[in-house]
Amino acid sequence: MIELANIHKSFGPKHVLQGIDLTVEKGESLVVIGGSGSGKSVMMKSIIGLLRPEQGSIRINGVETIGISARQRDKVNRQFGMLFQHGALLDSLPVWQNVAFAVRQQKNISTAQARAIAQESLSLVGLGAKLLDLYPADLSGGMHKCVGLARAIAAKPPILFFDEPTTGLDPVMTDIINHLIRDCVRELGATTLTITHDMSSARIMADKVAFLYQGKIIWVGTEKEMTNSDDPFLHQFVNGLADGPIATEGVIEEERERGRQEERAEGRGKERAEEQNGAP
Amino acid sequence: MNPLAKIGHYTLGFLTHTGRLCVFMAQAVLAMCQPPFYFRLIGQQILRIGYFSLPVVALTSFFTGGVLALQIYYGGNEFNSETIVASIVALGITRELGPVLGGLMVAGRVSSAIAAEIGTMRVTEQIDALTTLSTNPFKYLVAPRLLAAILCLPVLVLLADIIGVMGGFIVGTQTLDFNAATYIQRTIDFLEFDDINSGLIKSAVFGFIIAIMGCYNGYYSAGGAQGVGRATTNAVVSASILILSANYIMTSLFFSS
Ligand SMILES: Nc1ncnc2c1ncn2[C@@H]1O[C@H](COP(=O)(O)OP(=O)(O)OP(=O)(O)O)[C@@H](O)[C@H]1O
Ligand SMILES: [Mg+2]
Repeated sequence: MIELANIHKSFGPKHVLQGIDLTVEKGESLVVIGGSGSGKSVMMKSIIGLLRPEQGSIRINGVETIGISARQRDKVNRQFGMLFQHGALLDSLPVWQNVAFAVRQQKNISTAQARAIAQESLSLVGLGAKLLDLYPADLSGGMHKCVGLARAIAAKPPILFFDEPTTGLDPVMTDIINHLIRDCVRELGATTLTITHDMSSARIMADKVAFLYQGKIIWVGTEKEMTNSDDPFLHQFVNGLADGPIATEGVIEEERERGRQEERAEGRGKERAEEQNGAP
Repeated sequence: MNPLAKIGHYTLGFLTHTGRLCVFMAQAVLAMCQPPFYFRLIGQQILRIGYFSLPVVALTSFFTGGVLALQIYYGGNEFNSETIVASIVALGITRELGPVLGGLMVAGRVSSAIAAEIGTMRVTEQIDALTTLSTNPFKYLVAPRLLAAILCLPVLVLLADIIGVMGGFIVGTQTLDFNAATYIQRTIDFLEFDDINSGLIKSAVFGFIIAIMGCYNGYYSAGGAQGVGRATTNAVVSASILILSANYIMTSLFFSS
């Protein structure tokens, strides 16, 4: 069980997390959605101890983890598996050593056993054994991500974190991964926290969805409640609409307005071109 | 900004930097002395830092020994030149030029490579990933490099000493027409164990500087490719300056009495 209470995190003047409250029950799959740059990755890195929030409390199975010693942190982290947004494979090691890394750190196993674990883990994410001896630099972007996912689940940790597991994958892979994450929860009883931008992924794997907006979790509910919600922010986000109350970071309102005008102008231009070409 | 504030700003920046470096060094040394030890990684680093630096160090040292012999011969008086050339080449190479030039060459080769590698790992989140894979980056990345550099530099410098003296010998006997047997005899007469020993102690310190500067700058690099580039430059520059100043301090300690 993961409990976040009133988490604040700033980078210089930038106040990214402004009081996050979130609970992930044991054996639950929670999906976090939210705009680009809203602080989803920062939140995840805070939970696994890579970033230290200035304020608030993060409890893993009831144990406070902010400010614990390096040794205790290591113990806590042994329960975790993490997929980074950009894979973060160790590029000095071949794929199989990457995937079996945590297992080899934690237990004394032979090379052959480690390879077998790596292969099993890779097949779970839909990759073949011929990848085992390649280096991360030889992989495509999507394969990179999948190997990262295989690495996260290889040691079968009870708590899993996935930062955008399906971004950059082809539709078949996406489906495999969506169901894999759901199965991790249903069959292995893992607790998972997933960040995604993909609403169809969220619908498949989420027990619960949390919406992060402007540094706060402003909505939590089941996937069904999400679809039927009349919260204007959530509605705009879930349906991917340009018009709505959500302020996009870095995009100034005027620019968006100009964009819309250009779109309209373009539309008119197209009509005119069609007229000239003798379309009805 | 008024000048006083500027001075304060830079002083604070310098102090933060120094403090961070001291903590980093303490952590690195601690990691180096405590298990788990990654023997395979240590071996790999010995190969990279020591073995592959051999040609560079050997060439540098050979030509330095040779040029030293020429300059002493032309600069000194011709009377008794055999003795003077042999002794100054031997002392100069073993006491100062072998360790310092070897250290600087290895700094250029190795500090930069370490900083670039660790820096790239930092900006691509590989170091973060290590932590989540229950591995301490200090033990996995820093300690093997540090240990390898401290072990390799003295060996490299010992070889550099031999090759440098040989460079002087070859120039002396081939170009300056010295008698080979006398030259060797003079070299042996003047060289003491302490000369070589002090050079080797120096070079172990240089090894520490080279590895720690590479690791430190890489570890704290930020800001993508540009940041890694900056880390690489800083690593080489700071390692070189530290080597030269540490050399001065050690020379004044060793040879003061
Ligand atoms: N190490 C850092 N230093 C400074 N600012 C940072 C750092 N990490 C993140 N930020 C800032 O925090 C904000 C949130 O970043 P984060 O990576 O969490 O976004 P995100 O929600 O994961 O976005 P995306 O969906 O695009 O991945 C961004 O505005 C970013 O500029
Ligand atoms: Mg992110």
